[in-house]
Amino acid sequence: MNGLPWTQHLILLPILLPLLAGAALIPVNEARHGLKFAVNLVCNLILLACAVTLFRFADGGHWPDGLGVYLAANWQAPFGIALLVDRLSALLLLLTALLSLAVLVFSYRGWSRIGVHFHSLFLFLLMGINGAFLTNDLFNLFVFFEVMLAASYGLVLHGYNTTRIRAGMQYIAINLVASLLFLIGLALIYATTGTLNMADLGPRVAALAADDLALLQVGTVILALAFLTKGAMWPLGFWLPTTYAAASPPVAAMLVLMTKVGVYAIVRVWPLAFSAGPAAGFGLEALYWGGIATIVFGSLGILASEEAGRVAGYGAIISSGTLLAIVGYGGPALLGVGLYYLLGATLAMAAFLLLVGLTERIRTPGAALLALTMEAFAIEEKPDEPVGVGIPAAMAFLGLAFAASALVITGMPPLSGFVAKFSLFHVLLAVDGPVPWTAWTLIALILCAGLAAIISLMRFGVRTFWAAGAVQPPSLQLSEAAPISLLLGLCIAMTILAAPLLDYLQRTADMLAQPTRYVERVLGETAVPAPGSVR
Amino acid sequence: MEAVIAISMGVLFGSGIWLILRPRTFQVIVGLMLMSYAVNLFIFMVGRLWVDKAPLTLQAGTPQPGDYADPVSQALVLTAIVIGFATTALYLVIMIGARGLTGTDHVDGEEADE
Repeated sequence: MNGLPWTQHLILLPILLPLLAGAALIPVNEARHGLKFAVNLVCNLILLACAVTLFRFADGGHWPDGLGVYLAANWQAPFGIALLVDRLSALLLLLTALLSLAVLVFSYRGWSRIGVHFHSLFLFLLMGINGAFLTNDLFNLFVFFEVMLAASYGLVLHGYNTTRIRAGMQYIAINLVASLLFLIGLALIYATTGTLNMADLGPRVAALAADDLALLQVGTVILALAFLTKGAMWPLGFWLPTTYAAASPPVAAMLVLMTKVGVYAIVRVWPLAFSAGPAAGFGLEALYWGGIATIVFGSLGILASEEAGRVAGYGAIISSGTLLAIVGYGGPALLGVGLYYLLGATLAMAAFLLLVGLTERIRTPGAALLALTMEAFAIEEKPDEPVGVGIPAAMAFLGLAFAASALVITGMPPLSGFVAKFSLFHVLLAVDGPVPWTAWTLIALILCAGLAAIISLMRFGVRTFWAAGAVQPPSLQLSEAAPISLLLGLCIAMTILAAPLLDYLQRTADMLAQPTRYVERVLGETAVPAPGSVR
Repeated sequence: MEAVIAISMGVLFGSGIWLILRPRTFQVIVGLMLMSYAVNLFIFMVGRLWVDKAPLTLQAGTPQPGDYADPVSQALVLTAIVIGFATTALYLVIMIGARGLTGTDHVDGEEADE
């Protein structure tokens, strides 16, 4: 590899490593789950190290403008597929790596063994998510979305029972239709601009004639529908609560991350396509109102749900709605804080979903948890039930962890949720002149949604932890407590390190608001000369 | 030619939409397939309709892009067909599984009137 420093190849690693490891694990017998888990764990640790390195590169002046470009197969953009790391991608890669590590460790005791090929599917899911964060090509984004979705279909059905198959059927049908919409949107964009490279899109969109521009706008709206179906904007998000409630807790925790991929795609594509020319700012208002409707829908839903999985699902819908409204409201300052909100909400929601798996044990101690799902797959060897050696004061741990995740989700002090909301309000209100009424609407709705979440989570907490009756302290394993502690510890770290993190996110948002620098970097990246050729 | 193609895609897609809104899983999967046919045709047509244009080939000299059919939309449709085929097959498996587990072919996994 003359000419290309090895560090450039790190950009490809988050896609390549899970693909190879996942494929290698398929022929391994399910009985050797220890080996499978070990490979997956090592893979996750490498991905984490890689994400940390890319994170440092993106912010440390290693690349000009903090943009790392990798030309796949050495084809110069816009002809080949370019992979791009900027601060946003690096941050989300890091979030993915941390979350997947926690989820994987959590699933070690039982959840990974209630069906087949958990580890392969998990790795393919990681490949899809990482790829979606890295790619700079719209069609490639479609491919990674499909990889991610195909793996998630398998994971939602993991531990095959009637509830999961009912929810899975609807989840798959919705996403197949969304994929078709994705393709129609892509085709229209290609038809009008003649390119699928995101960086190449912006200048071409700005130069389009009025007729073609209208067609392109139709195309991007259809494309956005596909993204927003994943991002669960009202009225495209009805699939989400049912799926979350049906999926096993580790899978549901990963689904939280997938919801954010839809929002990410909007944040990535929109500024590049619509920042200059006659169509600048196109569609943002619709996004704002869609976000508002989503917050209302999520708040009503969270009040109406009793089951913990559904509460979490509607909580995820509220956070999606808040993010979409923030993106639609516009402005780099707000987007930076929005990203902070995204990080905290994702971590806390994932921790909450993992907790739900454990709190079920309080109500139905012992074997009921896994037994339902064993028969359908005819697994010969039952996984070891968590017996006996529980951590002392397991109840106290569960209660505290629940309180911490609830604090972040509802945005109460002192954890990161509060910092996020406070900063949001600060940015919304810190304007010259009168504050627009759209800002007041957003603030009011975020507060109301927080109240709804408090009521719902308190109801759940009181019933689970304070309810009288035969509550037995559940047995709890270290491999189950540690991931939850990790996720909540990250929320606490986010609170303590709020200032440097918000600075970083501000730089991220500022960079996103300057698409010309992306265009120059991606299109200016030259291919590596062939070995032996003299140039 | 444009009108014929457009109408046939519209008929395919419209029938697909009607079918995926039906309550039986078999109707849904046929609807999904019809819709994906329409979408595949659509992607293919994005490279414009031509008669008698050669596919892009490697040869000496600089080729004139105008003389050849657009290879990108062909590549896109090929990928889209493969992915669509695989995911539809997956859906078929789950459909059969659901029929076996729930005893009904209703999309909700239970009959509406029960």
